[in-house]
This record gives sequence, C-alpha cells and structure tokens, in this order.
Amino acid sequence: MEKFTQHTGVGVPLRRSNVDTDQIIPAVYLKRVTRTGFEDALFSAWRNDPAFVLNRDAYRSGSVLVTGPDFGTGSSREHAVWALKDYGFRAVLSPRFADIFRGNAGKQGLVAATVSPEDVELIWKILETRPGTEVTVDLVARTATCEDVVVPIGIDDYTRWRLMEGLDDIGLTLQHADEVTAFEARREAWRPTTLPAKHLPPVPVEPARPVGLTLGRPPTR
Amino acid sequence: MAGTLAEKVWQAHVVRPGENGAPDLLYIDLHLVHEVTSPQAFEGLRLAGRTVRRPDLTIATEDHNTPTLDIDLPIADATSRTQIETLRANAAEFGIRIHSLGDADQGIVHQVGPQLGLTMPGLTVVCGDSHTSTHGAFGALAFGIGTSEVEHVLATQSLPLAPFRTMAVTVEGRLPAGATSKDIILAVIAKIGTGGGQGYVLEYRGDAIRALSMEARMTICNMSIEAGARAGMIAPDETTFAYLRGRPHAPQGADWDAAVEYWRTLRSDDDATFDAEVVLRAEDIEPYVTWGTNPGQGLPLSGTVPVPEEIADEGARTAAQRAIEYMGLTPGQPLREIAVDTVFIGSCTNGRIEDLRSVAKVVRGRRKADGVRVLVVPASARVRLQAEAEGLDRIFLDFGAEWRNAGCSMCLGMNPDQLAPGERAASTSNRNFEGRQGKGGRTHLVSPLVAAATAIRGTLSSLADLDLPAGTTVDGTPLTPLDPHVPVQV
Repeated sequence: MEKFTQHTGVGVPLRRSNVDTDQIIPAVYLKRVTRTGFEDALFSAWRNDPAFVLNRDAYRSGSVLVTGPDFGTGSSREHAVWALKDYGFRAVLSPRFADIFRGNAGKQGLVAATVSPEDVELIWKILETRPGTEVTVDLVARTATCEDVVVPIGIDDYTRWRLMEGLDDIGLTLQHADEVTAFEARREAWRPTTLPAKHLPPVPVEPARPVGLTLGRPPTR
Repeated sequence: MAGTLAEKVWQAHVVRPGENGAPDLLYIDLHLVHEVTSPQAFEGLRLAGRTVRRPDLTIATEDHNTPTLDIDLPIADATSRTQIETLRANAAEFGIRIHSLGDADQGIVHQVGPQLGLTMPGLTVVCGDSHTSTHGAFGALAFGIGTSEVEHVLATQSLPLAPFRTMAVTVEGRLPAGATSKDIILAVIAKIGTGGGQGYVLEYRGDAIRALSMEARMTICNMSIEAGARAGMIAPDETTFAYLRGRPHAPQGADWDAAVEYWRTLRSDDDATFDAEVVLRAEDIEPYVTWGTNPGQGLPLSGTVPVPEEIADEGARTAAQRAIEYMGLTPGQPLREIAVDTVFIGSCTNGRIEDLRSVAKVVRGRRKADGVRVLVVPASARVRLQAEAEGLDRIFLDFGAEWRNAGCSMCLGMNPDQLAPGERAASTSNRNFEGRQGKGGRTHLVSPLVAAATAIRGTLSSLADLDLPAGTTVDGTPLTPLDPHVPVQV
C-alpha cells in the first residue's frame, strides 16, 4: 500500500447526504473479477447528467471529495473504494461515514476523514465559488486546508498510522500467527466446521420454468 | 463484570488484545463466501503466495449473479458466468466447500448458513456482504466485511477490529394483526435513521422480539445495516435451540449439551450498560412502507408522502425533495394510492419458507391485479423444494405470479431480474436506493403481507384493505396470528 502523509488536489463539492454505495458504483459493475478499471463506473448514474459536479471541467481532475453526512452507506462492496481510487480520488471528507466503507477505504489507502458539518459547508462554499480550488489533506497535522480555511479532520490513530506507514494488514496479523494457533487449540468441540460436509439427504433440483413452459416439472400435480 | 451479549461474544474471540490504540485481533468461526466480493481476495492470496488457513471454517455459494430461470443452461450473461466460474475455480484450488447452482443447498448465503445449522449462537460470522448481520438472530456476532478483509480472513482466520459500541433496541408488547417483524425493523430505521446505528451493535430485546420465530428474527437482524449498524443480535433462547436441533451441522450428543449450556449464558446481564437505548411499543407498529430512496424514509401505510416544505432540517428537506422527485410521487399523496408495476417477494430479508407461507395464505384462491408482475423467488433451493412440497408454488402460479429458482434476484438486479427505468415495485427486500433494482427503478420496501395485499389490489395495501371476513384469510385460517409456522392446508 502506498504511504499517505499529505495530499493536495482539486476539491470536489458533492452536496448530497446519504450517498450510498449503489450510487458510488451500481451492482451491474460488480461482476468484474479484477481490482482495477472501475473509474468509468464511479457515480455512473449521475454522470449522465451534464450538470453533475464531475462533468464540469473545473472539477474533472478532482482528487479530494467533500461530501455530506452518511457517505458510503449500504453494501459492503469494496468496489466503491476502488472506483473512487481509480478515478483519482485520494481522500474523502464527510461529517460521517458508514462503518464498512470507512474500513474498506483504510485498507486501500484512501483517506476517509471526518469534518464537522459546519466545516464541510465552509469548504463547499469556497469550492463552489471558485471551482478548481485545491484542498490539502494532511495526516501528520490532522488538518484539511482550503485557501485560508484550516479545519481539523478526524481519523482513528491506528488507521492513520497504517496509512502513513503504508502497511499491509495481513502481513501485520501473520506476525502473530502463533497466537492464532494457540487460540485454535482452545476452541470448544461444539463449534462447527464446514468440512467434512454434512447434508440433508440429496434431492434433485428441477429448474423452475416460467408459466406455460412445462420443461422440468409436470404440468399438473 | 457485567457485560452485554455482544461484549461476551467479542471477549470469547480475542486472540490478541490491541495495544497502544491498535484494534483487538478477533478469531472468526465461520466465513461465508459468494462470487461477487471474493475474486479479488483469492487473487490477492495467489499474488502473495498465501493459502486459505482454515478451509474447514469456510463455505461458498452462488447467489448474487445467478439467474432464476434456465439454471440448467449456461449462464447467458458472459460477465456473470465468468464471475461464477471464477468462484468455482477458486473453491477447487483452495479446497473450499461450494454449493453451486443446481445443488439443493445453493441459495442466498444468509439462508444457507442457518439452514445447514452452521450458524449458531456465540460464533463470529463474517461474509463479504453487508447483510451478514442476519446471522445475529442466533446470538452470533455477525457482520459484513470488504474484499480486503475477506482476503485477511482467508489468510489468517482472524480480523483486527476496533470495538463496537452497544445499543439496546427494546420492543415490548404485542404486534397488531397484519404487522410483522419487517414492520418492526422499518419502524426502528425510520426512528433512528440510516446513520443512527453507526458504530453500534444493536441488540433487539423485549417480549415482542422474544415472541418472534427464528426466521422473523433474521428479518430484523438482516436490516440492522440499513440503520448503519454493522451487526444486530438477539440473545439465543428455546426458539433458537429448537430451530438448530437436528440440522446437519448442529452439535450432537455431549457436544449439544455443552453448547446449550454455554448458549444459555449468552444474554446481556441485568446490570449491563448499553451506550444507547431505543424503545418502541409493538402496539404502535403498523404495516410500514418506504416512500423515499433510503430505508429510513419510511412511514406507516396509513400515512401520506411528506411535504418537504414542512421539514425543518435543511439536509432532510433536500433529501426528501430529491427522493420524491426520483420516486415520481406527489407531496401529500396518500401512500395507499400509489400504484405499482411489480411485486417482488424474496431476498435474504424475506425469502424464507415462513415468508412464502404468509404470502400464500393471503393470495390463495385469488388472482393478482391486472398489469402487475409478481415475482416469487425463494431464498435457497432448499426453501424452494420445501415450498413445492407444501404446494405453495401452485398457489403462486394460480395467482398469476412467476415462481423462480433461488438467489438474490431482483433485490439488487445483478441477474436479469431488474426493474425498467421508471418501473415501480413493492419489494420485500432491504434497500430502496436509487437504481438498486435496475437503473431508474423505483422501490417501496414492504413486508411479505403488504406485498401480497399489494399484488391483489395493485396499489400499496395491507391486509386491512382486503375484502375478508373479519379476522380470517381467504382460506379461513385466523388472521391473528397468521401463524407462518403452520403449513398451508392444500
């Protein structure tokens, strides 16, 4: 994971609350088996609207998204984070994030930091009055700066440390593999295992068919 | 020390306590895998030369992409087919049990775990799907994770997690006739909002919750995420044990006795403190329906579409305006007058056998409203077989509904089951987001009973709107309780 200490880029004011993950990336784009190439899917329904903020030239190259509360609600799809990153975003500022989205962002090096609603409003006003204005997100100082406005940002200490060091979570956990093994030795016998597989008696599954098509099931009982 | 249910399950899984602000490392008992959020995780393992630590605590099924027609033919959509074939290849390579299309245990991952008896009280359960909260109905700590975390669990069978706060959601009293557990959770979300549970584990308590069946409890825990909470839990009790006993993976003999003895301790202590508490009276809960584009934008069916100008909070007002415009509604319009094009009955929220029985009891002997498309999609192949054994499929087909194979289907429209732009649905699923069920589609979230009544009348309706002899359904069974445990008499 790339280290993140400070980033400066064009701020994009997304004046919406409750931006759910189906808006960030609709389910039809989740069928891919790769981790990259999702930039075209970001906000795909809204991008058909010429007035949408990312369709305006001044914001097109944006890399700091400034948005309303409850960003990233809904599904657990990490594709939402991949789409934001693939588009070029390095940071999202919002008064409140959905838990799973914030966790996913932290794993992928996208900064999801909280800013008070009043401060979001201040930054929105600058970005809307002077489109193309840059925002600096500084993890060291824990601030976001937009022209002469400097506001505190919220991010938990552990995520901040991992982002600044660019550390891989799995590698960190594997350092404690012996403790995982010791824990496993203590697990109770009643806890289930999926293997060997146990089943109800096998039953053939005949495909259901639309009414009128009787293939696979008798026409009457 | 006194503890809540969530804290007890958490404490029993700490492999390594976090130091200096680092999160605790928690052991994961059960990892459920499906085709959409796993391919990049398996690829990550391969690139790093890692293996799956515990294939025997992992199980995969195909659900999000699977077609509900022609399941014996190659999947027509090439990208869906590739994703499912990728899951099959990954399961084979890493030695993971998989239930594929055509297998009796294929189905929505949140039905497959419980029906096999793998979901149990006191477990930690994860899946790359936010509705993993469903399994909390058993008293498990169950939550959705992203793909990076899926990879983490595959590699280490553990997950670093910052502690949750706890919220008690207490529902006392008796639900009125025609109201269901779906209405309880829609009422909870409308009360606390889509962000109200953020950072919390919700514990549902009170005699109205205790009175619910396991499947009804699953509906409630399933939608905890729509209130922003990653997990919802209900303390296990005799209802839980009765559901589990005899299922394929349920403990047996001495293991069963040891398990039950432990499970009985899994309840919040009387003097435990919650970080927040919400209280609802069951008597006040009417059939609910959403009018907007997030699950918090819901009202009793007797209500009217909100008038944005009357909403004081600017953010909520703007959101309401946008939602009403997207939904093609008029402020002040009675919800009961909203006509739908489609009724979808299914999903991990309401696609279980009891849901299908409830619907069948209401629609039996009737015809659906003209011009309304009714789709019935069981949550798993096993549920479908059970429904067919009870004759429910004939009731649905005679009603004019389509009877389909199992999967997530129109809940999120990753397969061909989608709404067209502008098409309006009453749906027993969990999300009414813009475009969720198909680009431009409009979704009203409802209970199975409201879905059934709506399919009959063509407009959003409850049982109270049906022309029934007082207190009975069409087949003469009592309306209260419309006991879903009892199979329909055919």
